[in-house]
Amino acid sequence: MIPASFEYRRAGSVEQALGWLSEDPDSTKLLAGGHSLLPLMKLRLATPGVLVDVGRVPGLSYVRDAGDHVAVGALTRHRDVEISDVARAHVPLLAHVAGQVGDPQVRHRGTIGGSIAHGDPASDLPAAVLALDGVLVIDGPRGRREVGAGDFFRGFLETALAPDEMLTEIRVRKAPGGWAFQKFNRRAQDWAIVGVAAVVNGGARVALVNMGATTVRARGTEEALAAGAGIAEAAARAPEGLEPPSDLQGSAEYRRHLATVLVRRALEEATAAGG
Amino acid sequence: MSTTLTDGPAAGVVGTRMLRREDPALLSGEARFVHDLVVPGALHLVLVRSPYAHARVISVDLSAALASPGVVAAFSGAELAGEWGSPMPCAWPVTADMQSPSHLPVAVDEVCYVGDAVAAVVAASQAEAQDAAAAVAVAYEELPAAVDLEDAASDRVLAHSALTSNRAYTWELVPDAAAVERAFADAAVTVRERYVQQRLIPAAMEPRGVCVVPQPFGGEYVVYSATQIPHILRTMLGITAGVPEERIRVVAPSVGGGFGSKLDVYAEELLCLALARRLRKPVRWSEERSEAAQATIHGRGQVQEIELAADTEGRVAAVRVRLLADMGAYLQLVTPGVPLLGAFLYHGVYDVPAYAFTCTGVFTNKTPTDAYRGAGRPEATYAIERAIDALARKVGVDPQEVRRRNFIQADKFPYSSPAGLVFDSGNYEAALDAALELIGYEELREAQARRRGEGATRQLGVGISSYVEMCGLAPSRVLASLNYVAGGWEAATVRMLPTGKAQVVTGASPHGQGHVTSWSMIVADKLGVSPEDVEVLHSDTAVSPLGLDTYGSRSLSVGGTAIALAADRLIDKARLLAAHRLEVAPEDLSLSAGQFSVRGSPSSAIGLGTLAFEAFTAHDLPEGMEPNLEASATYDPTNFTFPFGTHVAVVEVDTETGKVDLVRYAAVDDCGNQINPLIVDGQVHGGIVQGVAQALFEEAVYDGEGNLLTTTFTDYLVPAASELPSFSLGRTVTPSPSNPMGVKGIGEAGTIAATPAVVNAVVDALSHLGVEEMAMPVTPERVWRSIGASASGTGGGR
Ligand SMILES: Cc1cc2nc3c(=O)[nH]c(=O)nc-3n(C[C@H](O)[C@H](O)[C@H](O)COP(=O)(O)OP(=O)(O)OC[C@H]3O[C@@H](n4cnc5c(N)ncnc54)[C@H](O)[C@@H]3O)c2cc1C
Repeated sequence: MIPASFEYRRAGSVEQALGWLSEDPDSTKLLAGGHSLLPLMKLRLATPGVLVDVGRVPGLSYVRDAGDHVAVGALTRHRDVEISDVARAHVPLLAHVAGQVGDPQVRHRGTIGGSIAHGDPASDLPAAVLALDGVLVIDGPRGRREVGAGDFFRGFLETALAPDEMLTEIRVRKAPGGWAFQKFNRRAQDWAIVGVAAVVNGGARVALVNMGATTVRARGTEEALAAGAGIAEAAARAPEGLEPPSDLQGSAEYRRHLATVLVRRALEEATAAGG
Repeated sequence: MSTTLTDGPAAGVVGTRMLRREDPALLSGEARFVHDLVVPGALHLVLVRSPYAHARVISVDLSAALASPGVVAAFSGAELAGEWGSPMPCAWPVTADMQSPSHLPVAVDEVCYVGDAVAAVVAASQAEAQDAAAAVAVAYEELPAAVDLEDAASDRVLAHSALTSNRAYTWELVPDAAAVERAFADAAVTVRERYVQQRLIPAAMEPRGVCVVPQPFGGEYVVYSATQIPHILRTMLGITAGVPEERIRVVAPSVGGGFGSKLDVYAEELLCLALARRLRKPVRWSEERSEAAQATIHGRGQVQEIELAADTEGRVAAVRVRLLADMGAYLQLVTPGVPLLGAFLYHGVYDVPAYAFTCTGVFTNKTPTDAYRGAGRPEATYAIERAIDALARKVGVDPQEVRRRNFIQADKFPYSSPAGLVFDSGNYEAALDAALELIGYEELREAQARRRGEGATRQLGVGISSYVEMCGLAPSRVLASLNYVAGGWEAATVRMLPTGKAQVVTGASPHGQGHVTSWSMIVADKLGVSPEDVEVLHSDTAVSPLGLDTYGSRSLSVGGTAIALAADRLIDKARLLAAHRLEVAPEDLSLSAGQFSVRGSPSSAIGLGTLAFEAFTAHDLPEGMEPNLEASATYDPTNFTFPFGTHVAVVEVDTETGKVDLVRYAAVDDCGNQINPLIVDGQVHGGIVQGVAQALFEEAVYDGEGNLLTTTFTDYLVPAASELPSFSLGRTVTPSPSNPMGVKGIGEAGTIAATPAVVNAVVDALSHLGVEEMAMPVTPERVWRSIGASASGTGGGR
């Protein structure tokens, strides 16, 4: 549980962090809350040469009402998203999901930017941002760009972020209507075996946790609903085209089954809540 | 023995819910564990461990490690082979023909499980030692591995190339084979069940740690170890490391839990001692969490076959049991004996005339198993309590009623069991009644029927487990008959200090149980001092040279009894001194609250505090009396003690996802008289959680090649408070007649009772759907599959 040795630098600004990143992007890592990166380093599954700690960069922790959307700074801790009045009023799904991450210690250290940037298919917040059709704001040596959540999550621990870039803001459109989050796990503090984030607002967007190499949408369900199918029928198509993992917590077959049950429950709950 | 339904009367502090004296230091971080000890100049040991379950070691290249920064020394197993006086010890050769493969702290030419040590690296810091260990290049030739227990029993693949069979031993307890045969031939109903006791990782909060400090002038070694057994360890280190016993001092500082996993003599303890001797420097080792998962013993690991012969009313006439017990790769301190601790209890709380038990211990290429909370008794209780439920279903009688029909009745105690034990005292029906009332059994059955009628998604299940255990290990003569190489006594000394305070020296070695509190309470009441004025010394062989340590719920009923006896002897001496001072006959004195007073003239009195000072100054003692008030006692129990009780679990099962929620839990335990009911509550709480953990959450999972897959707490699911309901606790009190305080033991009861209660509840929730089988841990996927299998009538997975 001792990581390989590395150099530690504390960044005072985004510019400084990006400058250090660009020196050797492939063996440099940004450190935010450390709750995904440090466990990997302790198991020596990650051995970065340089850690650039962005944890104290000022001005990147906020949840702001930005008119048609809510803007969340990348360094905002899960707990601060969970209790934000702005998030609760305009994107309650995001606030709720932030409150479902791990346990209180994790929620007080982990950041939304770290969770999105890490791109773990088992993480909760990426599914919420995908269901909410969020936009990721990325800064880097080639300037600023914005990437839709649908294009951001690429594969296992792989996102649209280049090694020399930093995620600085997460934008989610205000979402009136119904929503639901179903997280299925064996212990309260665990990652989801399968999770479902659903937003029902005229149409429906359904994003799934741990049903593929990265956060994915339940396209089969969304199509069925668009074609007028009932909830149960649409939910039965949730695993369509997906290749969920098999691991100690559940086989792929069981995950497919769970997806149908949890999507149905999520859609029923979201619809009942005003979708 | 009469049974009462309360905590029992509290004349002094004994019987009260006094807060634990240990807790402020533990909660504030003031307590010091091995890893916290600051030892200037200590070198850090890191082991290179085999990544293969079974392999020949072709070569060990240490050159890169030796060149690594901070490295002081590095050794292969071959280079260390000369350090050992004998192989690693097993103290329990259960049969004369038992096989035990040679086990060295660092393997020389064959590694037999993933985690078996192949090289040792010593460096100035733990980080440097770890980096260097990664640079050790070991060439292996992989050998086939015996992983699955039943497959290993077939000898298809051998776990050790030096052995011709994987069978370690076969041990039988068949008092009357013909009677068993007859009972099965005559039985109207038989039940035959197969259960798997999955392997468990003990996961004590503090992993292991060792630090050996050579004393520069005395030629002695102080061994600090996170151990349950400083005394046994000292003797064993003397034998195996070739350092004379009197030159070893073992200290167990604060120890963060053990559950049996620290009831052992480990390679790292021997290594730190040998390397400190060789390098003439302090050497320390701190276990990492993932390392602990494979380098510290596992618990359980059995395949059980149990058969009941019964009549149509559900009365059991015979129990027949066959076990395969997974030893793992080597025999640790008491590995082979663990199943024997359960061997006598497979008929449980039931009056069964005929009994047969057979166990075969089998080697596999996995981490060695050994004692884990309950050690043999949880396995036995699980088998009989699940089989009794299967019988209840078969004869169509409520499970609580089947239990009643078979209970050993209260007027039959002391009860001679079919396995040859004498159960000291009991009243099983009283505990069952109390538990059913606590949980509201009738209402639950009605609610269950309603949900079944509605076809609800969430079904309700109620599971009962009535248990008896044998604890207070152990009468030395009984241990002799079981081939255990040591005794089962415990030692204590009680002293009055010059200022009137008391001092207790105990051979028990607490690691979380609250002994300091309990021992203080016992002595406080005996000597009329306040518990805070009692100093308790323990866990250091230089301070408490005589003892057999803490395991098997023995500390109170054996160690506590020794303390009570020593205190009584001290009082006998004090009485003589008081009689001398008051110029009366000793028989004329009565003792109350620490004051001796003359019967009939209470104004003539003298306190123990005054007497302590007088005995200390020794200015005016009766002729021939030695100075000081102190006395010692060594107590060898005449019998085990037999705590019992009934636990009831209530679960809700989501029939769509298979998820099980434990929603209510009631436990009525009877551990005889209680010194501190608050400590009893704590032991029961923790015990229940560990039992629930086996039922629903924990399993050490190996893949087909013998790799342990559950090496972190992400994969090895230890439940937390959020997974558990509040427990409703009750108690009946049936004192033990076998010791003067009438106490039994409560350290393991919860773990023993909880596992079958929970699994019975899950089966009960689903039995109307045709589900009868349920493997542990009861994962949501397993439940989902068994519902599907029953619905489609395939009887297998879907
Ligand atoms: C015990 C435990 C339980 C957990 N349970 C859950 C759970 O149930 N659900 C869940 O979703 N998560 C869970 N997590 C993960 C937790 O939410 C993490 O905090 C989060 O995933 C990562 O955020 P972080 O700030 O800690 O990132 P870090 O660990 O600091 O970084 C993670 C990765 O993202 C990169 N990174 C960080 N910030 C940025 C940025 N702004 N721009 C670009 N790259 C960046 C880092 O370089 C690193 O590669 C758990 C973690 C633990 C330790």
